[in-house]
Amino acid sequence: MIVIIDYNVGNLANLKNALDYQGLSNRIVTRPEELNGADHILLPGVGAFRPAMDQLREAEMEAVVREQVAAGVPFLGVCVGLQLLFDESEEDGRHQGLGLLSGRIVRFAGEGLKVPQIGWNQVAWQREDPLIEGIADHSYFYFVHSYRAAVANPQDALGIAEYGEDFPAVVRHGNVWGVQFHPEKSQDAGLRLLKNFAGIRPA
Amino acid sequence: MLAKRIIPCLDIKAGRVVKGVSFVDLRDAGDPLELAMRYNAQSADELVFLDITASHENRGLTLELAARLARVLFIPFTIGGGLSTLEDIHNIVTAGADKVSINTAAVTDPGLISRGAERFGSQCIVVAMDVKREGAGWEVYTHGGRRPTGIDAIQWAEEVARRGAGEILLTSMDQDGQQNGYDLAVTSAISSRVQIPVIASGGGGTIEHFYQALTAGKADAVLAASVFHFGQMTVPGLKRALHRKGVPVRLTPEMEHDNGG
Repeated sequence: MIVIIDYNVGNLANLKNALDYQGLSNRIVTRPEELNGADHILLPGVGAFRPAMDQLREAEMEAVVREQVAAGVPFLGVCVGLQLLFDESEEDGRHQGLGLLSGRIVRFAGEGLKVPQIGWNQVAWQREDPLIEGIADHSYFYFVHSYRAAVANPQDALGIAEYGEDFPAVVRHGNVWGVQFHPEKSQDAGLRLLKNFAGIRPA
Repeated sequence: MLAKRIIPCLDIKAGRVVKGVSFVDLRDAGDPLELAMRYNAQSADELVFLDITASHENRGLTLELAARLARVLFIPFTIGGGLSTLEDIHNIVTAGADKVSINTAAVTDPGLISRGAERFGSQCIVVAMDVKREGAGWEVYTHGGRRPTGIDAIQWAEEVARRGAGEILLTSMDQDGQQNGYDLAVTSAISSRVQIPVIASGGGGTIEHFYQALTAGKADAVLAASVFHFGQMTVPGLKRALHRKGVPVRLTPEMEHDNGG
């Protein structure tokens, strides 16, 4: 069972649809105790970093997320959900994240670049990983974002995309993964990634 | 590299596709779901559905369509047509659409753009602009192109971007339906002025037209209807041709291994 954390940030129906479509059992949960016993945890998120982090705290999810991650439950952050995994973000000031991965969230800085990045971009795998098994190198995924991760440990970047500069599109540290794109909107490659996640065994 | 997007557009009336589509082996050329899945399999990057009647009686059917699409279509899709309130947007998004397109309501109530972006995120709000050449510039039209507004297209584009629109869907009324090329001048003028993506629409008939819109026209995406619906060109055929001309497009693994049309 994949548990999708609903903390009032965006519409989760399409992530659920992408799991349902593949027969992957899942449940949207709103209360922290519902995370206990999850086989996999998915943290979605759209919009700005600070309100998302505030909502996560308000939903009293922060502590239980840490407990589950420490217990080895495979954890996947999607879009702003990836961003929340890091130490801090510079979006609208300076705001603390979960700190499950080392690094910061910074704005795209390329010259003459349209920000947000909206559309399909290619991701270059940096190594093998169960999350990306069977997905061709340089596959396209659908992105919508203005800020991007800057990892402190280069080995945490599992997939790299380029938009004016190279940035980590897929990250992993231990049993915590994050994807900056929307797998639920990335056609076959995205569906496969979600299926792979569902197949990852707890650490 | 970020790919240029190819976006087929389907006109919907009472939950059915109008004008029809001529794929040879369709069971039901009027079923939006069947067509959507066909374009999905053909590597379309997104789909746009415009409810061309947009009456209140049809609103329920459009919501139902959005929900059906969202269960099986795993690429972004936009729904537009007659949306005029935050509640309209909320209903469409909750049903499963990724984006909404607003046109007339954006002009009559520009605050809707800001409120929509605030509540649902800029990525959700596409402002559609129908423009027509007027002297040295272009004028914005509303009500399905029937009503001139006296608003300058470039100023309007800047305003919608400032108000938080995520993308501009720019249709040249002079070129629409002519299949003799996109209006490169207005597309490039607007694309250069705003930070948000511009989707060119109206006039695509040949591969060269699409190529010009994405290069000289500086468009981030191109939208077309009849050339795809009636099989003048296929999405994969167009993408391969653009790829050969050096335009970054999303080729699926099957397309890279298959050199057919």
